[in-house]
Amino acid sequence: MTLPTYNFAYLDEQTKRMIRRAILKGIAIPGYQVPFASREMPMPYGWGTGGVQVTAAILGPDDVLKVIDQGADDTTNAVSIRAFFAKTANVATTTKTADATIIQTRHRIPEERLQAHQTLVFQVPIPEPLRFLEPRETETRVMHGLEEYGLVHVKLYEDIAQHGHIATTYAYPVKVEDRYVMDPSPIPKFDNPKLGRSPALQLFGAGREKRIYALPPFTEVASLDFEDHPFTVQRFSRPCALCNATGVYMDEVVTDDRGGRMFVCSDTDHCETRQADGHRGPGLPQLGPHAASDRESAR
Amino acid sequence: MSLAFVDGGFAEPVFGSQHAFRALMDAFARPGSIADLSGLAVPPVPMSPAAGAFLLALADQDTPVFFETHMPDAQAWVGFHTGATVTRDAPSARFAHLSDAGDAAAWNRFARGTAEYPDRSASLLLPVAGLRGGQSLILKGPGIETTREIAPQGLPRGFADVMAANRAGFPLGFDLVLVAGGEALALPRTTRIEEV
Repeated sequence: MTLPTYNFAYLDEQTKRMIRRAILKGIAIPGYQVPFASREMPMPYGWGTGGVQVTAAILGPDDVLKVIDQGADDTTNAVSIRAFFAKTANVATTTKTADATIIQTRHRIPEERLQAHQTLVFQVPIPEPLRFLEPRETETRVMHGLEEYGLVHVKLYEDIAQHGHIATTYAYPVKVEDRYVMDPSPIPKFDNPKLGRSPALQLFGAGREKRIYALPPFTEVASLDFEDHPFTVQRFSRPCALCNATGVYMDEVVTDDRGGRMFVCSDTDHCETRQADGHRGPGLPQLGPHAASDRESAR
Repeated sequence: MSLAFVDGGFAEPVFGSQHAFRALMDAFARPGSIADLSGLAVPPVPMSPAAGAFLLALADQDTPVFFETHMPDAQAWVGFHTGATVTRDAPSARFAHLSDAGDAAAWNRFARGTAEYPDRSASLLLPVAGLRGGQSLILKGPGIETTREIAPQGLPRGFADVMAANRAGFPLGFDLVLVAGGEALALPRTTRIEEV
């Protein structure tokens, strides 16, 4: 006789129900952090336990799961979580953004525009955007209740006073439906414009901090700024060295110990799809009559 | 003693719950869209299969359920399958199964949450005659790209005023789910409802 060692998608049914109720409340109150009884998961806090619990609670046998870590499908965190659900829920996994129904992400939003049937699950380390300004949870709760967000603007103003511009580049605070200030998780501010009016549902899970929040599709999300210092995103002067893409978020890759470096798409699926479509960046050997001999000499 | 409350639960509790929840998550995320919850649960009359699937998927010992009308078989069924207690104290209820012939003004007795914890609020299940073919209402708000038109039949007296007051109290408020047969339609507190 064999006994099942764990439930479908690891979590027990009562835990899933509790998380599911929190998700529905989060959707009904966009940007508000719903407390939930976060469980210990078979991975350390900081490795996406909040996102994993949200994914486990919504995942069904027909889902196709994609997991990214800073845009990449092939880094340790992404591979581990994908393998975790492949094992505990026996779901199909993919690296293709377009093929996924659930995308769990650590700190990026895919470059490809998400669709209505897709759900994006963010891993969140510190869900409270006011936490570094006011350490007491009792106080930040009251501040959210009173819509008292002056401190966040002071923080952004101090950036301008010190640096001449808003120096916050990731976890850039947003205001949801003109009500709650929300931490979008440490995504680069480059991704902030994709949060608002997305056709896909976006769920946020913070395991250690025990909070779940949500952005329903087509929700108004505004990055905080000032009239004379409007919100802007990062720009990259060069195209991706591998796929020649512009207007995407780039990683800087050091290639040798003599200052060599290149900029490549942070979204590996986007980059690989473009390369498969024949786009070639300046960092790749150029195809031409001498391409074969280039490869020979490279050896 | 009737044993009607034993039958009619999810055939496969794990996957039935997941299926019902995903349909409801989509319904909450896209207010006014119609979720198909048919074929999952068969509660005793007069509870609809959609209301039954909702409660089986989401209610348990942590969530007292309030019934606005007395329906002993259905109440026993919910208790048997979920472990939820039936409460007569409306403010402490997390879920409420409303009367199909009640007065919307009575809904203000349910929990609306607090300024610090607006999630400590009730979700209300309202049985209606149908989700289509009634008077048109226009919905706006999060989850809706521009506007969405719904036409439920048999809404109670004072519905529009109560829902407008509920919206005005955001982030406090209740979330309403219309149920008819095997279908459900969510109207979370963010949704603005206009009569045509």
